[in-house]
Amino acid sequence: MSATESLRETALSPAHKTLGAKMVEFGGWNMPVSYTTIMEEHKAVREKAGLFDISHMGQIFVSGTGAEAWLNILLTNDIRRISHGYGQYTLMLNEAGGTIDDLIVYRIEDQRYLLLVNASRIEDDFNWLDRRKNINVTVENLSQGFGGLALQGPEAETILRKTLDEEKRQIKRNQLLITPFLGLDVILTRTGYTGEDGFELFCSNEIILKLWDKLLLDGKNYGLLPAGLGARDTLRLEACYPLYGHELSSTISPLEAGLKNFICFDKPEKFIGLEPLKKQRNKGLSRRSVAFEVVGAGAPPRANYPIMKAGVQVGEITSGGHSPTLKKGIALGLVELAHSEPGTQLEMIVRERSVPVQVVKKPFYRKL
Amino acid sequence: MNHPENLHYADSHEWISVENGIGTVGITDHAQNALSDVVFVDLPKLGKVVKQKEPSATVESVKAASDIYSPVSGEITEVNSHLSSSPELVNSSPYENGWIFKIKLSNPDEMSSLKNVSAYLALLGK
Repeated sequence: MSATESLRETALSPAHKTLGAKMVEFGGWNMPVSYTTIMEEHKAVREKAGLFDISHMGQIFVSGTGAEAWLNILLTNDIRRISHGYGQYTLMLNEAGGTIDDLIVYRIEDQRYLLLVNASRIEDDFNWLDRRKNINVTVENLSQGFGGLALQGPEAETILRKTLDEEKRQIKRNQLLITPFLGLDVILTRTGYTGEDGFELFCSNEIILKLWDKLLLDGKNYGLLPAGLGARDTLRLEACYPLYGHELSSTISPLEAGLKNFICFDKPEKFIGLEPLKKQRNKGLSRRSVAFEVVGAGAPPRANYPIMKAGVQVGEITSGGHSPTLKKGIALGLVELAHSEPGTQLEMIVRERSVPVQVVKKPFYRKL
Repeated sequence: MNHPENLHYADSHEWISVENGIGTVGITDHAQNALSDVVFVDLPKLGKVVKQKEPSATVESVKAASDIYSPVSGEITEVNSHLSSSPELVNSSPYENGWIFKIKLSNPDEMSSLKNVSAYLALLGK
């Protein structure tokens, strides 16, 4: 994308400007990459709390008497396993078993579901769903009206309870509650993409700026910092969460990405992509997504660097960077199965030079 | 931000100061601030001959790798080996301890293609 004019702005764009954020293009949006430094924002989320603008993410609502059974055909996980007010991580596949998107589906009511989808995938997801709906199902893309915030880190709950002071109910991991703020509904969920405890909040763009300001104010004494996409990426990489377009794509199956826990092979509904996944499972994978760390002081890994064994390419980095927590280069990459066991010594090619890397157990960082 | 008056600047945000035909090269305060959090510097090989505007080193921040272009043509005579263990010097001291390489100029006339501080500030819109 060349012209900045064509990028979409979130309702929080005035706040980013006031804070002097460095901006970057992401999925067609002009988003903050950092406000101070990625290192500082990353550390705030791991030790205190960080507040992210996630207004670019999409909200697709599916409702109707047939919604539950229909979604179980469109999505890989079993939606019947979640009760009212809970969500689950799930995948939407194409007929070949490639990934259209990874998302969280929430059961708001038995006949109403919220799909929280990746910014870059909103249109494709909606079209895929809309083309397959039946008379008992309504599909609505309400992404335009919604803004979103992620409040993440060990202090997130304390801060949230100050801001939404009428909120006394317990909220468990993956739960969703509707709670008022300035007279409007806020969809409050306990989830995140950082490896820390935290919340994602979605509400009308009319009040999102006020909610952002109040959270930052209430969080000031708890070390809350605004955090950008740069830290969001290093945090999720340490936690080994996939990013669509990197670890997952229309040609990478969720089995290859190591997400078999989110695929329900034996539910009554045959989901789209089931047969090719079964084949893949029965035949055995030829490649899989693994975690790497750089051995010694080498350049940080980056997406698309080739992975070699004895001069022969055996894989490719899908995401990489410098880990602020581990203070070394870390990466996720797809490699041939024979080279995917933790402890395997491989090399990556950085600017035509070979740098030693080692396969390690996922994730790099675990708290939850 | 700080941009010293005695240096020469390239449009690609490197600086050079020349003494006795040897130029010392680094990146500007503006560039280090834009990259932020430098975590690795790939230094050129000693004796390497580079052309003006040729990628000659790489500075890696948490987020991305950025090429450093030589402001002049010449031969690399020295590299800042402190950057191997302390790459953050590029952020904390871009004009002194964070210099990247020294180069023996093969065509001193190229200096006239570089900007003085006021022209560089104008490029930054300041």
